[in-house]
Amino acid sequence: MTASDHRQPGPAAPGGRQLSRGRLIQAIVEIARTVFGAAAASVFLVDLATGDLVFEAVSGEGEGDLIGRRFPAGTGIAGWVAAYGQPLLVDDTTDSPQFARGAAASTGYVPRSIMAAPLIAAGECLGVVEVLDRGSRLRGELGDVDLLGLLATELGTALELLYAQSPGAGTALGEDTPASSSDALLLQRVAGRLSGAAEPVASTARSLLAMVDDLLARDGVPVGQARG
Amino acid sequence: MTEPPPWRRPPRGHFPGVPAWGAPVDRLPDEDFGVAALGPVTPDWAWGGADGAGARVCVLDSGVDAGHPLVGPVDRMLEVAAGPDGEITVAESASGDTAGHGTACASVIRAVAPKASLSSVRVLTDGKYGAGAALLAGLRWAIEEGFDVINMSLSTTKDKFIPELRELADMAYFRRCILVAAAHNMPVRSFPWPFASVISVASHNGADPMSFYYNPTPPVDFYARGVRVPVAWAGGRQIHTTGNSFAAPHIAAISALVLSKHPMLTPFQLKTVLYLTAGNVARASDTAPRSAENAGGTHDSQ
Repeated sequence: MTASDHRQPGPAAPGGRQLSRGRLIQAIVEIARTVFGAAAASVFLVDLATGDLVFEAVSGEGEGDLIGRRFPAGTGIAGWVAAYGQPLLVDDTTDSPQFARGAAASTGYVPRSIMAAPLIAAGECLGVVEVLDRGSRLRGELGDVDLLGLLATELGTALELLYAQSPGAGTALGEDTPASSSDALLLQRVAGRLSGAAEPVASTARSLLAMVDDLLARDGVPVGQARG
Repeated sequence: MTEPPPWRRPPRGHFPGVPAWGAPVDRLPDEDFGVAALGPVTPDWAWGGADGAGARVCVLDSGVDAGHPLVGPVDRMLEVAAGPDGEITVAESASGDTAGHGTACASVIRAVAPKASLSSVRVLTDGKYGAGAALLAGLRWAIEEGFDVINMSLSTTKDKFIPELRELADMAYFRRCILVAAAHNMPVRSFPWPFASVISVASHNGADPMSFYYNPTPPVDFYARGVRVPVAWAGGRQIHTTGNSFAAPHIAAISALVLSKHPMLTPFQLKTVLYLTAGNVARASDTAPRSAENAGGTHDSQ
């Protein structure tokens, strides 16, 4: 299974909680990208089984194909932030051709600056929120690090609350949920909600579903066949 | 082998022992030990002409790229590793720095205290065991090894490590090993930086590596340069970084300068020297006599 499967609701966990978590994390990356005027913002979660960092949500550059991508523990800036729970801002990364090549090879995008902060819940680092290439610098570096720290604190606290409401859920990483069944549950829930939704929300949702269908078709996935 | 100084002798075999901790007055002068008298403490008295020679600094971090031109020679390279029975040990390290963070801290120290001896203990592990456990093992080793200054631009958020970490911080203090710890950049509980026995550092946004300020609101002790700091990074790179992680090595390096010039300073004396030479304290000290002389006048803080 891929890491992105963990984002799907599974039979063992209440779908509402999983969906809340997904929405929460996606909202944070959207907010982070917007307030910093950044090229991209993303959230990695730590896979407790392996220590890997897994892309959980992305807004902006790379949002199409980074979800579920893994990096070994201790790798790079996000790795240090996850291991030691301190925010970090690195500028001028493109001064180094070597860095640019490494970044491009791993994510397809070469940032000029990286800012990252840990997601801490109950003293544990659950992951990292990262912002690439901030556009607005009105606050200065110190203010930017503080603001990202606040966003990370909010997300960490919200995740802690979510997990507290679902004892035994842990970080939800490592739950072995077959992708096909979790997909089916998600689609079932979407269908149920769509039938009762009012315009223009229903219209927007249908457009998004059509885009999903189109995306899968372009990728060559035939109808009625689950992808391994 | 020379006798270790009083502050680094092993603890007595029988604790509390007899007699306990008292000492008759007529025997007090028997023990000879180095004394550092504090002169009128100014930056020039504290570190004027000093280059860090003789001071041993240890960077507890992700390792150090010893081949980086901004880092220069590294005396000892160690790492926290798993022993034959799975226990955590500290062993010689052949690996450099996969994350870059330790290399950055080392380059800040090298820039400020060019002749200080630099060593590295890599405590950023590959996830085989917890970061907190590795941090404790590395810190204990560095304290017992007798470094003058240990830079810790990292902390743990796990409460279970607090008792041992506090014990280690106190042990360092009593052994005259200065622990310089970066304050957390976020409103979360992490350690050891809030402990009174360490020197905790946060960032100011000035560009002078030798400028630092005292913070009268605990638990952060000092502010040092921590914004857009030019640093070495892994792979021979040079970048600009922001964070308290890079403020701490400035104070670690300034401490190394002071100790290289005044090696007999105790940790409490060193903190006093840093306090008296901090930009805002020195300025206030300069203006205080003038305002006292102007009896009845307004306070001039120019």
